Amino acid sequence: MTTTTTSSAPVSDYKPDADGRLLEVDDLHVEFHTQEGVAKAINGVSFDLHQGETLAILGESGSGKSVTAQAVMGILDMPPAVIPSGAIRYCGQDLLTMPEEQRRKMRGPEISMIFQDALSSLNPTFPVGWQIGEMFRQHRGMNKSDAYAQAVRLMERVAIPAAKERVKQYPHQFSGGMRQRIMIAMAIALDPAVLIADEPTTALDVTVQAQIMALLAELQEERQMGLILITHDLGVVADVADRAAVMYAGRIVAKAGIDDLYARPAHPYTRGLLESIPRLDQKGQTLAAIGGLPPNLTRIPAGCAFNPRCRMAQDVCRTDVPALRDVGQQKSACHFAEEVLNG
Amino acid sequence: MGKYIVRRLLQMIPVILGATFIIFAMVFALPGDPTVGKCGERPCSAEYVAKFREEHNLNDPLVVQYGKYLGKFVQGDLGTNYYGIPVKEDLAQRYTITGRLALMAIAFEAVIGILAGVLAGVRKGRFIDNLVTVSTLFVISIPVFVIGVFLQYLFGIKWGIFPATVPSLDAPTSSLILPAFVLGSLSIAYVARLTRTNLVENLRSDYVRTAKAKGLTKNRAVGVHTLRNSLIPVVTFIGADFGGLLGGAIVTERIFNIQGVGGYIWRGINSRDGVAVVSTVTVLVIVYLLVNLLVDLLYGVLDPRISHD
Repeated sequence: MTTTTTSSAPVSDYKPDADGRLLEVDDLHVEFHTQEGVAKAINGVSFDLHQGETLAILGESGSGKSVTAQAVMGILDMPPAVIPSGAIRYCGQDLLTMPEEQRRKMRGPEISMIFQDALSSLNPTFPVGWQIGEMFRQHRGMNKSDAYAQAVRLMERVAIPAAKERVKQYPHQFSGGMRQRIMIAMAIALDPAVLIADEPTTALDVTVQAQIMALLAELQEERQMGLILITHDLGVVADVADRAAVMYAGRIVAKAGIDDLYARPAHPYTRGLLESIPRLDQKGQTLAAIGGLPPNLTRIPAGCAFNPRCRMAQDVCRTDVPALRDVGQQKSACHFAEEVLNG
Repeated sequence: MGKYIVRRLLQMIPVILGATFIIFAMVFALPGDPTVGKCGERPCSAEYVAKFREEHNLNDPLVVQYGKYLGKFVQGDLGTNYYGIPVKEDLAQRYTITGRLALMAIAFEAVIGILAGVLAGVRKGRFIDNLVTVSTLFVISIPVFVIGVFLQYLFGIKWGIFPATVPSLDAPTSSLILPAFVLGSLSIAYVARLTRTNLVENLRSDYVRTAKAKGLTKNRAVGVHTLRNSLIPVVTFIGADFGGLLGGAIVTERIFNIQGVGGYIWRGINSRDGVAVVSTVTVLVIVYLLVNLLVDLLYGVLDPRISHD
């Protein structure tokens, strides 16, 4: 960490490598063993994250974005979840082989997460300040009144008006945007190096969405955090993300710098997603939508998982799984990536 | 909060009046003459019957009888029963022993029931969960008198761990352990199942996921962040159960020879002793309402979203 905002903040045992790389997910697989069979939620996902970088992970529901995030956090319920192979390295150490107690102590001070619905994600029976302060009490052994003081400081940092008066109020007494600010305050309390935001603005009004995204971007800049922004909403990430990875049926099908992704998509799925964003200048026209539904994860189609919904699908798409390969400045897992890029 | 309590207490008045009148009317609607059997094998003399009916206002219309009874009740005079003993004295003794019994049963419910429910909920699908689920089903499906007699035989007679019967009204607490367990057994099973279901439900909730993401220990995530919400329905159940245990202990009281409230009501109904029955039940209704108020106030403590302002 380059920024410390609390005087008592201990020095982290974990240091990023020379390139500033914090997190490295390597060929991660996650399965859910259910009564209906094995659902292959994540099928070989690899990405990395550097200090001060924002990585957007895009995709529909069920594409594996949240499962990836929860696997990194180590909060998947196992069972039913199983991680048969892969590695998640944080500052060079594999989290998956680490003892649970060591890993638990990293949640909060090293890697931290905020969730979609702040109302249900905050405990309804405790004051918000108590919940923020719990980070300091449990991880740093701070006493109750000092922890409350820290909670007030954090609530002020995330721009909650009258923080001192409201610190002992309960989650239901706050508006949706304010609740998400409280979630953020709790997540950044111990100055984590990595922050994962899982659909942080989905449950909010559009105006509030912009405010929350601005706050996240500001905090990330201030603390040089690595930020993973998970969303299905391509509009939300355009301004804040550096890079994006598009997920489909548990795989990353496209990776690109954020400008390339929007301007020159190299995967038919990415292109479909972009075409399905409503635009004011195309009023009156039928909105393009990707036909069909994402596949059932217990029965992922052979070949390219996207082939039943793809306008460009050929025979090869139904037999061979396309590898994620370089296409210009980007990566794409499509047999016809060049055609997509140039068409 | 103070206003809320006053309002609730005022609301109790019509409930108590209504409940007692219905019971009063029902007791007097029962066929049979209260003087039957009072004079040995022979029918009672006409003079005796006339005197008895006069003393107990039995010649008045029902509403007048009720009015006279109520007038005395609010002055703290619960009347005398047909045996000439002040009901107040009887009730004081009997409510003491039954109250002790019910409180101990509630303690068993709260401690054993919640503990078993938590263990089963946390280890859902494992051995302890199956053990709790099957054993509670077992208890629920067996009538309480079977459990009572069986445990009385095992612990009281065969092994002699506890006294098999309760010797007197001022019996030591140790002699009430076995009866209290029997009295609470069914509710222990319900509390265990209720706790388990709610805990399993809440363990899936988003804020428990948040607790994990905050790097809290599993014990803290369950004990602090899950249990509190899971206990709200359990508190409701235990509160409502207290009233039921006071009045419904009759079977257990019979098995262990406890001279409690249940037996008193039973004898009162059989001898058409309206005064005794109505007074006993009125106290029961008041206790029930007060416990309900207490439970509602506890909600506010457990869940701040419930406000009593």
